[in-house]
Amino acid sequence: MAEKVLEIRDLHVTFDTPSGPLEAVRGVDLDVSAGELLGVVGESGSGKSVSFLATMGLLPARARVTGSVLLAGEQLIGASAKQMRSVRGRLLSMIFQDPLSALNPVHRIGDQISEMLRSHQNLSARDADKRAVELLDIVGIPQPGDRARQYPHEFSGGMRQRVVIAIAIANNPKVLIADEPTTALDVTVQAQILEVIERVQERFGTAVVLITHDLGVIARVADRVNVMYAGRNVEQGTIESLFDHPSHPYTRGLLASLPRPGKQRLKPITGFPPNMLNPPSGCAFHTRCEYAADICKGEMPPLVGFGDLQTACVRAKELPKSESFV
Amino acid sequence: MSSELLKVTNLVKNFELRVNNGARRKKRIVQAVTNVSFSVDKGQTLGLVGESGSGKTTVGRCILRLIEPTSGSVEFEGHDLSSLKFEEMRALRRKMQIVFQDPFASLDPKMTVGASITEPMVVQGVPGDHSDKVIELLELVGLSADHAQRFPHEFSGGQRQRIGVARALALNPALIVLDEPVSALDVSIQAGVVNLFEDLQSRLGMSYIFIAHDLSVVQHIADRVAVMYLGKIVEIGDQESVYARPTHPYTKALLSAVPLPDPKIERARHRIMLEGDVPSPVNPPSGCRFRTRCWKAQDVCAQEEPMLTVRPSGQMSACHFPES
Amino acid sequence: MSKQESTVLSPRQMAFRRFVSHKAAVASCIIIGLLTLFIVLAPLTARYGVNESVQAPPNSFLTPRAKSWLGTDDIGRDLYSRLIYGVRVSLLIGLASAIISVTLGALVGAVAGFRGGKFDDIMMRVTDLFLAFPFLVTLLVVRNVLGALPWLRPITGDMSSVRFIIVLFGLFGWMGVARIVRGQVLSLKEREFVEAARAVGASRRYIITRHLLPNSVGPIMVALTFSVVGAIIGESTLAFFGYGPQAGDGATSLGILVGAAKGAVQTGYWWLAVFPCLVLIVIALSINFIGDALRDATDPRLDRGV
Repeated sequence: MAEKVLEIRDLHVTFDTPSGPLEAVRGVDLDVSAGELLGVVGESGSGKSVSFLATMGLLPARARVTGSVLLAGEQLIGASAKQMRSVRGRLLSMIFQDPLSALNPVHRIGDQISEMLRSHQNLSARDADKRAVELLDIVGIPQPGDRARQYPHEFSGGMRQRVVIAIAIANNPKVLIADEPTTALDVTVQAQILEVIERVQERFGTAVVLITHDLGVIARVADRVNVMYAGRNVEQGTIESLFDHPSHPYTRGLLASLPRPGKQRLKPITGFPPNMLNPPSGCAFHTRCEYAADICKGEMPPLVGFGDLQTACVRAKELPKSESFV
Repeated sequence: MSSELLKVTNLVKNFELRVNNGARRKKRIVQAVTNVSFSVDKGQTLGLVGESGSGKTTVGRCILRLIEPTSGSVEFEGHDLSSLKFEEMRALRRKMQIVFQDPFASLDPKMTVGASITEPMVVQGVPGDHSDKVIELLELVGLSADHAQRFPHEFSGGQRQRIGVARALALNPALIVLDEPVSALDVSIQAGVVNLFEDLQSRLGMSYIFIAHDLSVVQHIADRVAVMYLGKIVEIGDQESVYARPTHPYTKALLSAVPLPDPKIERARHRIMLEGDVPSPVNPPSGCRFRTRCWKAQDVCAQEEPMLTVRPSGQMSACHFPES
Repeated sequence: MSKQESTVLSPRQMAFRRFVSHKAAVASCIIIGLLTLFIVLAPLTARYGVNESVQAPPNSFLTPRAKSWLGTDDIGRDLYSRLIYGVRVSLLIGLASAIISVTLGALVGAVAGFRGGKFDDIMMRVTDLFLAFPFLVTLLVVRNVLGALPWLRPITGDMSSVRFIIVLFGLFGWMGVARIVRGQVLSLKEREFVEAARAVGASRRYIITRHLLPNSVGPIMVALTFSVVGAIIGESTLAFFGYGPQAGDGATSLGILVGAAKGAVQTGYWWLAVFPCLVLIVIALSINFIGDALRDATDPRLDRGV
């Protein structure tokens, strides 16, 4: 059993907005094992990005975060700013959707990687520069020595994302969190970036958390999947199990709404994404669920084992056997 | 009587970039669309797919003359649009409309939903009180009458997109250009909006030009598909043929790159990985524009530009060494 | 069912709420409101006439006391009353010239931004030209040049008149507004709702009036408030150097009163310096706070909703 590098327990994140408190994350439990690629799937209001921004300590001060986040045994919630600065980039890294805003336009690419290296490791400038070029090579940038001396605007979108990945893995972190890293990229470039992430994983043994709304991407690279809705986990499991026999109505609805070859009519999930200022009571999905019963409006269902999956649907046993989507 | 609604022939759009390169001022030409030709029949849906720089969005806007084409002709119901003056064009605009990608920017935040939907009729000078029509349109797209008094910011992305559709339908157009209409929406909401498009088409019989980069959605809704790369159509034909038996290497690579929501298939697939990035449309490669990333490229590809040729399976593609 | 079950709030109502959450701005509104009340009801609120001497010379300088709340000047005129009449004149100058310059600037900016191309280039170079001249020097030169042209007299009045100053500030205060409005129009012009209007055949005029200007109201209002402050301070500066509006009958402006502070500082009649300057500071700060709050309240990014 692989060791757990990231353990999140009962994570709650609340924002104070002019319209009142908004609880974006309402009790999330999550584990990431060493070397695995965990896919986190969800739509607007699911809290998937906020959960990991909270883990990284990147939320604004007015956000209230409670719960426990253990990274290789170290507690991150409530850690001091100094502690977090030491953790970020060294044990835990995060990359985002837009590579251009992640890079400083007035510094050369090589310098930005070296800076990351030297802020956590005791390297001379020359060694750091050398390592920077090596990293560019690992992420697949051709002529890395020359390109290290260029500026971000001289790179295309896909290349920039590779650079961002290079910076993120420079110090060999235990966990890399990728928040919609390919959403803004063309599909052929997306394929390249996913391949880079897989390659990096193989080489360094980094655990990766891939946050996305694209189930195809998950199907391609993830080992395990975590489905989130309205600030909570609703289903968890291995990729094969989840796609073969999803147990939660939301996951089923999501899979059923995807266009597939053949011209059958698409089956959307009725209703609208939840308003997190005033989410529905109990299981937040009950307003859109075709299997909703009175019990669903009561308490928020916990995540419990169900066969080889974990599900937060109290009626999971009673649901008809799901059609396989594979 | 011909069932051909729209005919585009050799459409070209070049943009001028004024670049200040130090002391010298160079004028760069961005060849956004180069010699694009296709037609759309009544009640048909043409999918236009491509990645960034393909020119698909520019084609959509040129058809509606929201952008003026550099050359080429766009014939709508037999009329050559480029020869029309402002007033004549305005009369034809009733019949061709557009739905945009960004549900947040496509509605004026200061106008009520009802006012936005009524705007086409007001601008076109349709007389009378339009409140009945507004209610009819709102219900047609799955919203309710009391939404008319509200403002865009009170609605979710999917709802705003439906409002945009209602506005596009206000004048009963024969052709609607759908410019990435579901890309900005949540996946579970996309299906509902796509169903709406299909229902409207079977009810009202209009044609669609569905511009998207999401190949799965296009496969679902389109009758015919045109694949664009760097301003040119590289493959065009029936949806089934193009998806099942792609003849152009780029189409093949594109289809191979799209991740399918099925782990077993995904892990087993042989993926064609394209090297490098899409070249800049400022200086497209000579000959075949795809040759810099094509694994089959030979000398002839740089010297001679391939023309669209009919293939055995029925579609047309522009390649010297087509796939079979 | 829409996203929020709460009451329908129009963008205007949302902006109002945002404005009201700025405490400083609300306080400023109250202050300016009271001030306006005072000066509008002038004959009632002022204790004496603007030229009325309370204490005949010699020994006409009175320190603040019951007879004259803020003291008197060299001719024994009550400072408090003169301040009321003076602020009235200055606010009038500020408001009138701001309206002129904002109207002019908004038109120039909107048309330049919308037409684009060469037209935009030319308009912007003209704007730059106006901006290139140092404000005060230009004012003084133009003042003397325009004032010497007899055929302008009927429109602008005499060089020293209030009307002249209003025209002057109006003619030289539009550039900032033009730039702001042009920027706003440029960014709005490419938004899809404008394209949608073009797609149904809307004319240029329709688009400017129905879409671009309403969505530029925020920046225009902000520009208006800052223009008012600029004009009031500008008038004070001119008056400080002796070029302010003069009229023989003792009519005064805030600027003139502030200008008199020059001499007062040396002679020790402190009230003649302190009170007019205090009033000027309060007015300028208040209008600035209001302008800041207006800018936040009408931030178009917030039109997206929660």
